Formats: sequence, C-alpha cells, structure tokens
Amino acid sequence: MSASKAELSLPAQKVHAKSLASMKQLMARIWAYRLSYLFASPFVLVFLVFILIPVIAAIGLSFTYFNGMEVPVFTGWKNYEYLLSQDLIFLKYALPNTLTYALIVGPGGYAAAFILAWLISQTPTKLRTLFALAMYAPSMTAGVSLSMIWQPMLSGDRLGYLNSFLLNMGIIDEPQLWTLDKSYLMDVMIVVSAWSSMGIGFLALLAGLLNVDKTLYEAARIDGVKSRLQEIWFITIPAMKPQMLFAAVMAIVGSFKQGNIGTILSGRNPTPEYAGHLIVSHIEDYGLIRFELGYASALTVILLIIILIANRISWKLFGPKEGE
Amino acid sequence: MSGLQDVMARIGWKRRSKLAQADLFERILYVLLTLLSIFMIVPLVYIFNHAFKPYTELFLYPPTIFVRNPTLNSFVELYAISRDSVVPMSRYLFNSVIVTSVSVVLVCVICSLCAYTLSKHPFPGRKALFTIIIVSLMFVPEVVEIPRYIVIAELGLINTYWAHILPHLAAPVGVFLMKQFMDQIPNEMLEAAKIDGAGEWKIFMRIAMPLVVPALVTIFIIQFQATWGNPSTSVLYVMDDAMKTFPFYMTTLTSTAANNVARQGAAAAAFLVLFLPNLLIFLIFQSKVISTMAHSGIK
Repeated sequence: MSASKAELSLPAQKVHAKSLASMKQLMARIWAYRLSYLFASPFVLVFLVFILIPVIAAIGLSFTYFNGMEVPVFTGWKNYEYLLSQDLIFLKYALPNTLTYALIVGPGGYAAAFILAWLISQTPTKLRTLFALAMYAPSMTAGVSLSMIWQPMLSGDRLGYLNSFLLNMGIIDEPQLWTLDKSYLMDVMIVVSAWSSMGIGFLALLAGLLNVDKTLYEAARIDGVKSRLQEIWFITIPAMKPQMLFAAVMAIVGSFKQGNIGTILSGRNPTPEYAGHLIVSHIEDYGLIRFELGYASALTVILLIIILIANRISWKLFGPKEGE
Repeated sequence: MSGLQDVMARIGWKRRSKLAQADLFERILYVLLTLLSIFMIVPLVYIFNHAFKPYTELFLYPPTIFVRNPTLNSFVELYAISRDSVVPMSRYLFNSVIVTSVSVVLVCVICSLCAYTLSKHPFPGRKALFTIIIVSLMFVPEVVEIPRYIVIAELGLINTYWAHILPHLAAPVGVFLMKQFMDQIPNEMLEAAKIDGAGEWKIFMRIAMPLVVPALVTIFIIQFQATWGNPSTSVLYVMDDAMKTFPFYMTTLTSTAANNVARQGAAAAAFLVLFLPNLLIFLIFQSKVISTMAHSGIK
C-alpha cells in the first residue's frame, strides 16, 4: 500500500486522500445511522435467506446435475442445451401453454380489472362497496380451495353443475369431462384463474380511480374533453399511472403464481395429454417427482427470465418517465 | 360480454348533459355489474350452501344451489373422519392457528420496522434497498420452490413450525405498501417529538405506528390470506403429519380418488373453515384496505 502510494503522482495522491476521507465520512454516516440498519435488518435477513439466496441457488444449480442426495456435479450449459433442443414436452407444451395462459390471465385479466374498477368507480358509494366486495371475494380462495369450489361445478358426470345446466339448456347432448378433456382444460384453467384474479391489484386500481382529483375532470371539460373515453385516456390514466404500475406487477405475479392450477383442477401431474402443462408443473415434475433438481433449476431460471421480461414491459408502459 | 360493451360504448359513453342518456348509461352499468357480481358470487354461495346440505341433497339430480333442510352433519363428519386416525383434525387446526398468528404478527413487525426506516431515515444505501424491494415486488415464491426447499433443509427447519412461518416473512409487498403509507406522515411531526426528547424507538411506537394503522391492517389481511389457506409449506417442507396444517388436511379430503365423491360435504365444510375468517376480516377492515391501496402507486 505505502509503496504504491509513493509511486503515485501528486494529483492522484490528492484524489486518493480525498476518497479515503470521504470513505471515512461515509463510515461515520453509516455509524450514525446504525439504528436505521438495525430497524431494516430483520427484513433484509429474511429477504436474503428466502428470496435472494434461492434465486442465486437456482442460477447456480442450473449449471449442475443434482439429485438432492449427492454433491452437485458441474455440467456447464448442458441443462439449457437439453432444455432448448431435446425437452420436447417443454418446447411443445410447457412453454407455449405458459405463454398462452400468462398472456390471457396477465394482460387480459389486467384490462378486465381496470374496466371493472372503472365501472365500479362510476357507481354511488354504497353500491360501490357491494360490487367491489363481490369482485374481490373470489380472490380470497387461492390454490386448493379453488379446486374445492370448482370440482363439483365442473365434475364430469351429469351431477356437475355446468353439465347439468348445459344439458338443460340443450347446448350439449352428453356430460363433458371439463377438467380431464384436453380440449377444455386450458379454457377452464383460464376462466377459473380469471375468476379469482381480482385481488389487491384490482383494489389498487379501484383506490387509484377513486383518488383522481375531481377538479382535473372539470378543468378538462373546459379544455374540450367531450366523452368519458377521452376523459379516461387524457385524465384518469395519466393521474393514476403509479397505481397502474403496481397493479400490473401484481397481475404478472398472479399469472405465474398459480402455475400448477392445471394439476390442481385435473388432479394429476402431468395433466391429460399435457393440455394444462405449465412451466411450474414441469418444474414440479422434475424437481419433486424425478428429483432432477439441477434441471428443475434451469427451468426455474427460464421462468424467472420470462417474468423479468414481462415486468420490463410493464415498466416501459406505466413506469415513471425521465423528468417526471 | 364484448357485445354488451359495444352497446355501452355506443350509448353510454357520452357526457351526462342529457338526463335520459345518463339514466341509460347508469341502468346498463348496474345491470352489467350485477350480472358480473352474480357470476363471481355464485360459486361461493353454492359452496356455502353445500356445507349445510344433508346427504340426501348433496347428490340430487338436477343439482341444487340452495340448501332446503340445513344440517351441521358435514361439520360433524369433517371432525369424525379423522377422529380415529393418528392425527385428528383438531391438531391440524391448532397448527394452523399457531403458524398463522405467529407469521402475521412477525410480518407486521418486520415490515413496519423496515418501512419506517426506509421512509424516515436518510441512511446511506436507502435508495438501493428501496429499489431492491420494488424489483422484488414481482417475486413469485412458487417459482423458486425447489431452491427454497434446499435452503430450508440446509437450515434444519424441515418438520418444524418455522418451515411454515419463515418463508412467508419475506414479504416485499408488505414493506412497500407500508413505506408508501408512511411517506404521508409529515417529517416535522417526528422532528418535534425528537426535540421533546423522544428516542427513535419511542417515536416509532408512539407516533408513527398509530398513524399507519390502515396499512398495518392491510398487511395483516394480505398475510393472513397467504398463510391461513396455504397448503404448500405442509406439502414441501413438512413430512411429519402431526406438524402439517389445516389446508393440507383439506386436500386429503378430496385428493384420494375413492373418497372424492363421498366427502363432498365435509370438503365444503372444511372450505368454509378456511374461507370465513378471510371474509370476516376483510369485511371489517375493507375501508382501511382501500385507503392503503390509494397510496400503492410505484412512483
């Protein structure tokens, strides 16, 4: 250290001394705020252990062969090569299914949530609470309880509510196996997910809509905004962009969270003829059934990348712009 | 659906200047929202009724939505199924209550502490921490369940209550909502307290926390929903049946194919046990949730 210091020219030495001084200053500031770090530390700790380390572990393990018992063996890009060239079930079913499902449930559900929230915001207060509650209530039934509700509805015999209803109306001639027939499963998954998707993202949109400054609308009216559609486009959306971004992020989370919904509804993994096979089901298949944890991690990384891209798009659309 | 909206677009979008038009818009609006609400609510109404149906009504053809002679048989059955097994239902319920209450309380504490310091202390690294939290809002725990399993196994948490609790504590959404809400508290208020000689801890407990009750309640609700009805920690991290939770018990009622049909009533009753607390808590606090969500924007 001292030898290198002697070799330094004068201005550089000054910079060095300066950075040392500012380093000291920074340490002093950090010390002064030690209580703040203490306050933040519990969250930072659980964040590291249950979010960051699992993500890093997934990336690390994705380059290995790991069966859960023996030490992971480094295999380079082999998992990814297999994934992109030979894993036909992934390429033919899991990936396209996930994209279809996520595109409809994500952006589709998001648009539906916005339209619904807007319609509800146009009603008087008392009704508004009732409607909002009706939309939100199904989102309290995630996962298993979802199948609990829908199983009898969609059951394949004529006792199933949907079958009995459609038979009565004369739309179908014989009971349909809604959750076991490969031509229906995906549609059923989408409807059921959409049904339970009006969660906190929807509430954020509703709250955002209700909080738009009313005087903005009056000002816009004077400026010549004529229809409600124009009002939404020019006033409402710009005013509630932050909530729209939050809701968009929640919509993305929602569309990837219930990745095993096909398994839950049909009661089997893989789903009949892979009709409802999403990447999460594929991960569970490799990770929890075949114990190929390295390969399951590679799949996890692919899914994380897809989620990241989806988020980048939402930020582009709704994120704060430069200078805002 | 789209047809209805087309009609609405043609008739309803115009400004309320003429009374007749406004009325029409509103009428269509109410009809549309009512129909949608019915679609959303019917499955819940039906499962609610299902839980109180006697055997004779459970398998009627054509199936009915409303119960005619309500009984509590399904609830008795729900209890009776497991009475003679090694792990009775009460044990699962007990585990669920413990796990949910501990994790809800801890998450409220952890999120409030972190959000308070993020909002009110300009410590070095604050911006970086907040950016990390915003980025991790999009974190989907279900995606990394395999590496999470490894982490939990390495920590020796398998088959403990902590395996149910700890993974739920990493809740960036909670910190984020709380921080945005804390931003509403004027800094002058906290500084005044400081001048009066209050320490950081006292300011946090006595001044900040009472002002953010709506956000606290919201985190409580979100966390309660996430933990109370979640069977995945039981499936992934706990092998010992006596340590599993009630949602897991519910899955055993329906997943065994042979019993799939016969236990429908009990399953519906189990569903109510999971769903009703959620609904009640939300009903009581819904206005607080809405006022918290108003500050949920990512700026």
